[in-house]
Amino acid sequence: MRMVMAVAVMTFREAVRDRILYLLLAFALVMIAAARFLALLTVGSEVRIVADTGMAAIAFFGVLTAIFVGVSLITKEIEQRTAYTILARPMTRGTFVLGKYLGLLMTLWVNAGVMSLGFVLLLALRGDPILPVLPALWLTAMELAVVTALALFFSALATSSILGILFTLGLYVAGHLVWSFPLLAGRLGPGWGTRAVMAVYYVLPNLDRFNVRAAVIHGDPVPLEFIVLQTAYGLGWVILLLLAAALAFSRRDLT
Amino acid sequence: MRSSDEPVLTARSLCKTFRGHLSMGRTQVLRGLDLTVYPGEIYGFIGANGAGKTTTIKILAGLIHASAGEFRLLGYDGADPRSRRGLGFLPENPNFPGYLSGREFLDFQARLVGLDRDRRRRDVDRLLDEVGMAGRADTPLRKCSKGMMQRLGIAQALLGDPVLLILDEPMSGLDPAGRRDLRDLILAQPARGTTVFFSSHILSDAEVLCDRVGILREGRLALEGSLDTILGPGAAAWDVTATRAGGLAAGTGTTAISRQDDRVLFRVEGEAALANLLDRLRAAGAGLHSVTPRRLTLEERFLDLEEQGARERHEERAP
Repeated sequence: MRMVMAVAVMTFREAVRDRILYLLLAFALVMIAAARFLALLTVGSEVRIVADTGMAAIAFFGVLTAIFVGVSLITKEIEQRTAYTILARPMTRGTFVLGKYLGLLMTLWVNAGVMSLGFVLLLALRGDPILPVLPALWLTAMELAVVTALALFFSALATSSILGILFTLGLYVAGHLVWSFPLLAGRLGPGWGTRAVMAVYYVLPNLDRFNVRAAVIHGDPVPLEFIVLQTAYGLGWVILLLLAAALAFSRRDLT
Repeated sequence: MRSSDEPVLTARSLCKTFRGHLSMGRTQVLRGLDLTVYPGEIYGFIGANGAGKTTTIKILAGLIHASAGEFRLLGYDGADPRSRRGLGFLPENPNFPGYLSGREFLDFQARLVGLDRDRRRRDVDRLLDEVGMAGRADTPLRKCSKGMMQRLGIAQALLGDPVLLILDEPMSGLDPAGRRDLRDLILAQPARGTTVFFSSHILSDAEVLCDRVGILREGRLALEGSLDTILGPGAAAWDVTATRAGGLAAGTGTTAISRQDDRVLFRVEGEAALANLLDRLRAAGAGLHSVTPRRLTLEERFLDLEEQGARERHEERAP
């Protein structure tokens, strides 16, 4: 655990010294603030516009950072040979992967925390209720945890960052469309096509389950059981992806 | 030698084959390498470019996997991370995160070694001083030269008082003063209880530093032993410089390498020929300027081996 934390802290330190992160954060905060002005252009649904734009900005910039930083996390260390002296210490490749993951997740959650704070502050200034948006913010944080693990898996597997980004983006989009697969299977009727679609349905993480923004905006309550279940679902995927990343990375030669 | 002690490093029949893109094409780099390094020795691992030195070292450091064979480090199987507990490792052309300073980088490495806060502070300061980086300790690494990176790489390898140091081309990138300092540092290690295994293509350094050397050729050890074993215990030839010897002919086992006015440089092979030449110089009334024993250098031995290898390959190809 000592080594995991050392790698995590170093990854966090690397990320917070990256100016691009601040640029993204500033841009996201501007977007959240802009929601206030966007709301002025609409009649009657100001609260919805502010909440929707704010939460979407947090999710979008969080996922963007997770994918672009996450995919380069291991490939960059190998390309630049900075991992050599670390991996020659008495640690397993899994320790390294876990440390990198926790370091990036720490960064993303701090980032998302700052954005959420800005968003909540905006709601408070407008006198809008804050409590209903918290489940949506938490589940966005869980989605970030899964997407980061996905990006890290491709970082451990792919030999180039571009390939890793393409695969992660592809799975991210597919993960948000998974809900429609049973509908597609229903239209296809019995046969190999249906089986294939359903196989993909069960293999991919259903990322849309972390999106409760629509429910929150429309004032529908998000039950605690659902939040706990989704958190467990997210953690399950994180563990699975990290194990796969550790396995892929442990077989890899650092040439 | 320390053959009764348990070796700190053993490798048996180590093989490594790299596969090309999409598993097409194979390059066999190591072809059954055997190595044994005993505690307290300085072992030089020598070979031409592409002989497999860095591949071997990367396998030993756990960075790449051997295709076949096995190795043990410090009493553990090489696949077990515990085998790297007492290991200090310097990769070839080391690179470290540019956003850190030298001090921060060493502190991070010291955390990985498991040193507590006080020891980290003490050891980091001491090692920065030992490698001549105390004055640049807080410079961001992205602003450091190759030589400075090399010095920091050596410092991180020495963290936690390792039992075994594996250094890949440690002299690379260092200026003459840096090379001298590193030579002194390596020579001081056995007294600290540290065994040193290093690769180098600078054979004169290896000759000065090593108790034993292994010469790697085509993925196997072509020659291994102490310098005395490899180069012979004493001089096999002498260079004799004589004055007023312009008219003296070279005899059996003697070659006149250069003649300038009445000053002649003879190369003499064997003790009998040397005695004969000295007698003839005395008889001719020549002046004896110098007699310098000529020991075979590691470089000459290495080049001999390379030439021998090239001849063998040529003969194999010939119909």
